[in-house]
Amino acid sequence: MTTAAFHPSDEVDFLVIGAGASGGVMAKELATAGFRVVVLEQGPYLHESDYSHDELKYTILPGLTNDPKVQPITYRKSEREPAKLNKAIEYGRQVGGGSVHFTANYWCFHKSDFQERSLFGDVAGASLADWPIRYQDLEPFYTKAEYDLGISGLSGANPFEAPRSKPYPLPPMPVKSSGVLFESATRRMGLHPFPAPLAVLSQPYKGRAACVHCGFCESFGCEMQAKSSTLVSVIPDAEATGRCEIRPNSYVRKIEVNAHGKVTGALYFDQNRKEVFQRTKVVVLCANGVESAKLLLLSKSNQFPNGLANSSGMVGTHLMWDLGLLAEGLFEHQANEYKSVQVTRLIHDYYESDPHRGFYGGGGIDARFDFYPAGFALAGLPPDAPKWGLEFKKTFGHYFTRTISLLSHTSSLPMESNTVTLDPTVKDSWGLPAVRITYAQHPDDAATMKWILQRQHEILATMGATKIWGDPVDAFYTSRHLMGTCRMGTNPARSVVNSFGRAHDVPNLFIVDGSNFVTSARQQPTATIQALAYRAADNMSRMAKAGEL
Amino acid sequence: MPLTRREWILGSLGVAAMQQVLHAQQHAGHAAKADADGHPLAFEYLDVGAAGILAAFASEIIPSDDGPGATEAGAVYFIDRTLATFDSEKREQYKAGLLQTEALRAKLFPNSPNVEGLSREQRQAVIRGLESSEFFEVLRTHVVLGFLANPEYGGNRQKVGWKYIEFDDQMAFDPPFGYYDAHQSKEAK
Repeated sequence: MTTAAFHPSDEVDFLVIGAGASGGVMAKELATAGFRVVVLEQGPYLHESDYSHDELKYTILPGLTNDPKVQPITYRKSEREPAKLNKAIEYGRQVGGGSVHFTANYWCFHKSDFQERSLFGDVAGASLADWPIRYQDLEPFYTKAEYDLGISGLSGANPFEAPRSKPYPLPPMPVKSSGVLFESATRRMGLHPFPAPLAVLSQPYKGRAACVHCGFCESFGCEMQAKSSTLVSVIPDAEATGRCEIRPNSYVRKIEVNAHGKVTGALYFDQNRKEVFQRTKVVVLCANGVESAKLLLLSKSNQFPNGLANSSGMVGTHLMWDLGLLAEGLFEHQANEYKSVQVTRLIHDYYESDPHRGFYGGGGIDARFDFYPAGFALAGLPPDAPKWGLEFKKTFGHYFTRTISLLSHTSSLPMESNTVTLDPTVKDSWGLPAVRITYAQHPDDAATMKWILQRQHEILATMGATKIWGDPVDAFYTSRHLMGTCRMGTNPARSVVNSFGRAHDVPNLFIVDGSNFVTSARQQPTATIQALAYRAADNMSRMAKAGEL
Repeated sequence: MPLTRREWILGSLGVAAMQQVLHAQQHAGHAAKADADGHPLAFEYLDVGAAGILAAFASEIIPSDDGPGATEAGAVYFIDRTLATFDSEKREQYKAGLLQTEALRAKLFPNSPNVEGLSREQRQAVIRGLESSEFFEVLRTHVVLGFLANPEYGGNRQKVGWKYIEFDDQMAFDPPFGYYDAHQSKEAK
């Protein structure tokens, strides 16, 4: 296989910035359509032989994610307080992006997710809005993603799912002890458990072998290509065309525009921190829900004094958060949940907003175990467990194989005051302004998490847990689902891109990633990020062929 | 923002650059003096006195009463390597913590020569006096990692920590994985 290599002075057809969940799809779709594509990726190009089961490296230190030592992040709750150093957000920083180290949950949106404003009405203090597309616009692209990447699941098993045109390409993964107990308990409670849709191969698929259940999915790169990251699925297809060059260790600092307000290319630091300018006809920004907004804000020019594609002032606003709480239970027998994929069963019974609850929001609940040995002993035990000594040792020794947890995945309301901006003083190690996150939770989001946590405790009790503990209701974690900040919409005064990711202000600039989300649905954004990427690529390809770009 | 779950661990550890982590792993193969299993015989950063106190505390945090504990896992060697490499910014905290320890020992047990010379009950009394300090939280985190992190960082020797919690370090498993999926009824399937 000869992979393409372009000179920076070559004007390529498409320059994709970010090789993650979206950028990988974009690379394949555009290159297979016949276009010449360069993909710039901040992080390195790693492969399964580079990965290992090293808990310290990948779950505690930033093995595959942004490293705050070189790219600091500051955080504050509101504009009124000073921002302090805090790794408030985390993203996959390598070829394949977050699709390499994610847990691999692969949920499609429900029909309602695209029109919650119409269905629920206004929520005070938030900017709840309908999407400019409906489920049926995206369904063909969800299906395309599932078949291209390799998704396991059981269609029809979730009575709340939107209609599908095809079943999942692969059957669900084998059920674990957590799934058996969860399924039985939730059925007895009148709920509707179903097998988790996962980006993990339950059977061999497209030359990749089936998962062998090693258990190291969340936070880890798969050592055998069974996790359906873009790194092992679509990116090799893109390179095989001979028209796509993946350029790792390439950190973009500015997208340049000409006097006509069209983008001409991107200026980036190469692996030797030398500045390089890559020319292109079209830029497709797929850097994620935080980094895309950052790069637009960095790309100020005479035509765009507030940042590229930001005449509305909306770039960076409406950042939504990765919300959900963990409840844990101790069981009599050894469940050995550290083996195999983290999740095998879940429910969507509490997914929809219900005005009778008195607040907006909803969520899914999955049965899982996402601790590894040291992390469990340090952060997985009940709050009343001893912290040292023989009883501490006995507790983590007994609990490790007998603990099952339930995690909620809940709505995060879009609020204009929750933002990504450039920190005025803190710089990264390249001298660029650090990302500054301003985020405070909407009261309805807190109410939703609290209400669902009560349901989690009820389910654990029904499952037969002999002891139940978990997150306090005000727990607040680093966000790994980066959504909002370049909203899609039809009104250029209130949104950044149209439904195909095309910037309202710049005809040859597309922004396609989690930043486009109008609402958060119930977390698990990867399937929708990728469906949006397939849909946008399809449109871009047709426009380019018609000479409209 | 409460530091909980993973963030809580991150808060207790210095946030290292990946280059330093790679350096720490390479040290395993480059130790100047090593025994037949490749374990270092000498410390890279700690002096013998500090190592003795830390080893004594580690043996109380994860004791060996019911099987191998922090002592057999070589947790103090893990601590040494972290301070020599990716957690070097915690050195000052350790220095201050050891001074605080020494002062507390001298106050509680004025006739004792050093921490290593204390009985187990006396060591536990010193720990109870320290357990709410930031230093103790860092030490506890490092000792747990020295018992349960990958052996390549110098601790968890012969995988004693993993064996104790019954974590089976295999690359592949076949279902059933646990008791409940092995014993599920036909209806549950």
